[in-house]
Amino acid sequence: MTRPVPPEVDARRLAYATENRTLIQDVDLRTAKGEFVGLIGPNGAGKSTLLRTLARVLPRTAGTIRLQGRDLDTLSAREVATNLALVPQTAPYTQGFHAMELVLMGRYPHIGRLAAEGAADIDTAMDAMCLTETDSFADRTLETLSGGERQRVFLARAVAQHSRVLLLDEPTANLDILHQLKILSLVRRFVDEGLTAIAAIHDLNMASRYCDRLVALSEGRILAQGEPAVVLTPAILAAAFGIRAEVYADPVTGSPVVSPIGPADEQVPTHEISQGEEQHG
Amino acid sequence: MDGQHTLRSFRRLGVGTRLAIGLPVLSVLVVATGLISLRLGPVPIKTLDVVWATLSTMGIDGPAVDRTAQLVIEQIRLPRIIVGAAVGMALGLSGTAMQGLFRNPMADPGIIGVSSGGAVGAVTAIAIGLVDLFWLALPVFAFVGAALALLLVYGIAAVGGRISMATLLLAGVAVNAFLGAVISAIIYLIPSDGPLREILYWLAGGLDSRSWDHVRIALPPIAVGATALALAARDLNLLALGDDEARSLGVRTGATRTALLVASALVTGSAVAVSGSIAFVGLVTPHVLRLVLGPDHRVLMPMSAFGGMLFVMLADMAARTLIQPAEFRVGVLTAFVGAPFFVFLLIKNKRQVYAL
Repeated sequence: MTRPVPPEVDARRLAYATENRTLIQDVDLRTAKGEFVGLIGPNGAGKSTLLRTLARVLPRTAGTIRLQGRDLDTLSAREVATNLALVPQTAPYTQGFHAMELVLMGRYPHIGRLAAEGAADIDTAMDAMCLTETDSFADRTLETLSGGERQRVFLARAVAQHSRVLLLDEPTANLDILHQLKILSLVRRFVDEGLTAIAAIHDLNMASRYCDRLVALSEGRILAQGEPAVVLTPAILAAAFGIRAEVYADPVTGSPVVSPIGPADEQVPTHEISQGEEQHG
Repeated sequence: MDGQHTLRSFRRLGVGTRLAIGLPVLSVLVVATGLISLRLGPVPIKTLDVVWATLSTMGIDGPAVDRTAQLVIEQIRLPRIIVGAAVGMALGLSGTAMQGLFRNPMADPGIIGVSSGGAVGAVTAIAIGLVDLFWLALPVFAFVGAALALLLVYGIAAVGGRISMATLLLAGVAVNAFLGAVISAIIYLIPSDGPLREILYWLAGGLDSRSWDHVRIALPPIAVGATALALAARDLNLLALGDDEARSLGVRTGATRTALLVASALVTGSAVAVSGSIAFVGLVTPHVLRLVLGPDHRVLMPMSAFGGMLFVMLADMAARTLIQPAEFRVGVLTAFVGAPFFVFLLIKNKRQVYAL
């Protein structure tokens, strides 16, 4: 008899509040190993807060987080870092570090405080940079790179961190369409190889296309979660985003596609809708 | 073009390699500067005698040296140079630590008012006569003063979790002005037969008439603080990128930051206790080293200890010899170099300075 495998991440009744404001509340989130979960919701819905709380970057004010059955609070800071990697939404000011040096920081939790990175760490970092196609600017400072290139450097660092769970905060924000696709297929590939990813994603259609499961957040609470087809419905989109939207299946990939029509409280002239439907055949 | 290429490939070397090349180079320069400095002064002493007198002071006996030469080296020049080296090490280290902690290239213990805090502590200890009763009072008060000033500046500048460059610099101006007023008030309050001369000493940094007592006061706490800073060098790499970054890569940010702040205050306070406040060493040293070695604090921290040493020793050598038989105070020399450098950095970082 084998015991049931505990979820990779198991968060229950999670809350984070500051003195004046509750940013997330009553969040229950479970992810299995090898699952790609997308967090969707309007600005200020609590996506970043949830990710940062899960990474223990923010101290949650209520709830429990278990990582493969182990209480996150019993783990040392270094153990958390070897299990969870956070890719920040906007690259921080990087003080003139080269891309390679930043990626090597992903190895810090794995090596002794006074030790320098060894050949194996450098190989790991180099591999991560090749995967993310950042190896060609290994010895350039981040200030000289474009937004998309920086984003990929931080993804490379998360990969070099060798953690089981990737927490990605808007990994495709400010990227052109090609790089959005590249980043998300890369994450998808890592997930197919056994990692777990939780990503805040603004673009609903990208989220629908790449994620196994979506979690819709609104005002700090979970509104709905499940497969993309379950979450991306006109009713949930209206409740979460306050929009009127049509959802149909993509003719090529089969994933649900959201076609936003207008704000939910605005009367949209019907001829515009019928025109839209004609275009989509 | 070629020089740039060499710099770039040097940065590509591992942390250990950069230290293995850099530390011996700076050590040789420090020792050479020390020897030249020992030789210079109103009493002419032959180079070989300088070496033998120094060795004999350290307990290694060699050929006998002229008694005057021995005394000048042992009681006047050597302690002064060692105090200078310790002070330079402390200021180089604390400048590097503060620039990382504040995530701000303009930070320096003098500019942001930490040295003034140390000076107020030292002056207080002298004014109330504690120093005469208990010699440790001087470094302890200087440390407490430096620590309070650092916490104050940090508290003002880190409002809302972000530290903007303009806020930090203005906080430094305010703290420096306030602490300067405190020192003036103390000077007015002490009786006319009080230790006025001693107190005036703290108003400008200097290394004149430093003795082995000052070495004993400064070296142990600076060694402790330097060890703490060296241990936290890697964490400082991450803290310099921000708290989220540091936490998500396994740093206990609260404890680490406290340790770094205490260690910075300890080394700054100890330096101020024996030399008054010498400005700009902590600003210039890490900047120059960063150009060659890159921003990794595991390299920068040990190197800035030696770099600061070299800077203060050279400044002191110049201060002693430029206008013989009189001498400048060493703080005058560091300011001559440091203040224009500060202006250069202001211009270079204009966009960041004005971005509130």
